[in-house]
Amino acid sequence: MIQVASTPQWRARERRREQLFQLLGALIVLFALTTLVVLLAKILLDGFARLNPEFFTSFPSRRAANAGILPALVGSAYLLLLTAAIAIPIGVGAAVYLEEFARRNWFTRLIEINITNLAGVPSIIYGLLGLQVFVRTLMMDRSLIAGACTMALLALPVIITAAREGLRTVPKSLRDGSLALGATQWQTVRYTVLPVAIPSILTGVILSLSRVVGETAPLLVIGAVVYISRLPDGLTSPFTVLPVQIYNWTTRPQHAFHENAAAGIIVLLALLLTMNAVAIYLRNRYQKRLPI
Amino acid sequence: MKLSIGWILAASVAVLTLAACGTQSSEGSKTEQSSLSGTIRIDGSSTVLPISEAVAEEFAKNHPNVQPTVGKSGTGGGFKKFANGEIDITGASRPIREDEDALCKKNGIEYIEIPIAYDAMAVVVNPENTWCDSLTVAELKKIWEPAAQGKITNWSQVRPGFPNERLVLFGAGTDSGTFDYFTAAIVGEEKASRGDYTGSEDDDILVQGVSRTRGALGYFGLAYYENNQDKLKLVSIDNGNGPVKPSRETVLDGTYQPLARPLFLYVNVKSLERPEVAAFVQFCLENAGKLADEVGYIGLPEQIYELIRQRVEKRITGSAFGAHGSQVGVKLEDLYKIEEGSN
Repeated sequence: MIQVASTPQWRARERRREQLFQLLGALIVLFALTTLVVLLAKILLDGFARLNPEFFTSFPSRRAANAGILPALVGSAYLLLLTAAIAIPIGVGAAVYLEEFARRNWFTRLIEINITNLAGVPSIIYGLLGLQVFVRTLMMDRSLIAGACTMALLALPVIITAAREGLRTVPKSLRDGSLALGATQWQTVRYTVLPVAIPSILTGVILSLSRVVGETAPLLVIGAVVYISRLPDGLTSPFTVLPVQIYNWTTRPQHAFHENAAAGIIVLLALLLTMNAVAIYLRNRYQKRLPI
Repeated sequence: MKLSIGWILAASVAVLTLAACGTQSSEGSKTEQSSLSGTIRIDGSSTVLPISEAVAEEFAKNHPNVQPTVGKSGTGGGFKKFANGEIDITGASRPIREDEDALCKKNGIEYIEIPIAYDAMAVVVNPENTWCDSLTVAELKKIWEPAAQGKITNWSQVRPGFPNERLVLFGAGTDSGTFDYFTAAIVGEEKASRGDYTGSEDDDILVQGVSRTRGALGYFGLAYYENNQDKLKLVSIDNGNGPVKPSRETVLDGTYQPLARPLFLYVNVKSLERPEVAAFVQFCLENAGKLADEVGYIGLPEQIYELIRQRVEKRITGSAFGAHGSQVGVKLEDLYKIEEGSN
């Protein structure tokens, strides 16, 4: 083979094969991108005309032209903030405990396996769990707080995993240095490890929260409503969110509602892209400031 | 870097404060014209949803301090929550069934049955289908009964004279009230259907399917046909008295049978003691007909709403359908009149 490899014919053939492979790769990328562009173009064409200020400040209505996304948008925002308030402290705390404090034994390994498995559980299962635990057993009813608790459960495995990855990237030398200077374990974590790990933790947190914003199924199960006449005004208020509103509009027979759905999708897409952009910005900004 | 942890805490506090403030401000604004307040929880059938949503929208305009919320759990899912006492009103695209009624009784929940509108089911084919203008109920049964599975696969088997064209079927998903009613009306037994068809809860998928397949036949709510007339061809139904097309007139005069069905709201009697729920039901009976027409259904004749108003006043509970689920070809006037006389 080695002799053959050096002949000019062999090299020419291999070059053709490489070109062929490149062409194939380019075609696949083109196909994927075209599909995406066509989908986006269709949504934009269908929904762009509906994106006026009233669309953002109106309540849903049986008249498609008067219907708006205000309660859905506000509901999504509240749900996001509440979920973050619940999931971030617990998630980051759990990650810090598992990485920095816990001893390696069968128990922590069991926890780790469970967390990894939970990250792969379909979201509807979390909805069923939330319905039974938060809505029924804990009597939270079909409220914003029940939704946030359920979504926090959904986000936790991803936050914990991302936070642990982040903590693991902190060089051991930093911890050793801090401990050698007489800092306690807590001081080391608080002033040395966490600040270095924050960019990657934040990225994980924001990405998992953007999943929360896009979820429909578990919220339908725990009873997010599809029509509401007032904004949520407390933790126990009934609520609706953008994906549920979009889903409701897509299943209506009148085409005007489908245009509303398309406009809702544009808003949701913009929201998700913004969140991802913020994640990238934060990561880059904090990474530049690293002491190492 | 100290920022980040403090930032998270600050955010948590901000959210909670926001929520607390919100509660206060709403309590402060109770001085508007309508004295009613509270939340009315409505859930149930996705077919009934557009009507409940329209009624809730209008009601909320008159009573700004009452918060009606409408969920979408399906007829069966709605009855489950209703029987658990989790909601005040549930929408249903068929009458309550025995098992659901038993669950209500077990949990001590009494209900009043309120028919609010008619829905007609349309049987449709592809616009390129030139041979089929009408079908008899027997032919539809031949196509849809469980025994047809894998056997009736060609239009030529449906009626002598139909061309040799593959028969492709689209219909309601098995969880919907539409499926329950169609099978009861056509096959004669609720939920008895062949399984080898494209079933979806999303009627748009069915519209797309029928509009793209030459040999297609499908069924769904009339509103979906009306909004997609350019892509579909409506089939008349022959119930022994000649072919009839579904329309407002043929549904109301009872000639479009068996594929016209009443839609219902079920109200928890205990919830009805709350003034805001009582007002909502009253408002619903006054306006449901008009609003149903507006969202694509067929409002009932005024005298039926009047009969139901009397039943609500006298708190006549239970189902006029005897809790037997879907029944076909029932005239609502007779049903609720007889019931009232016997009480």
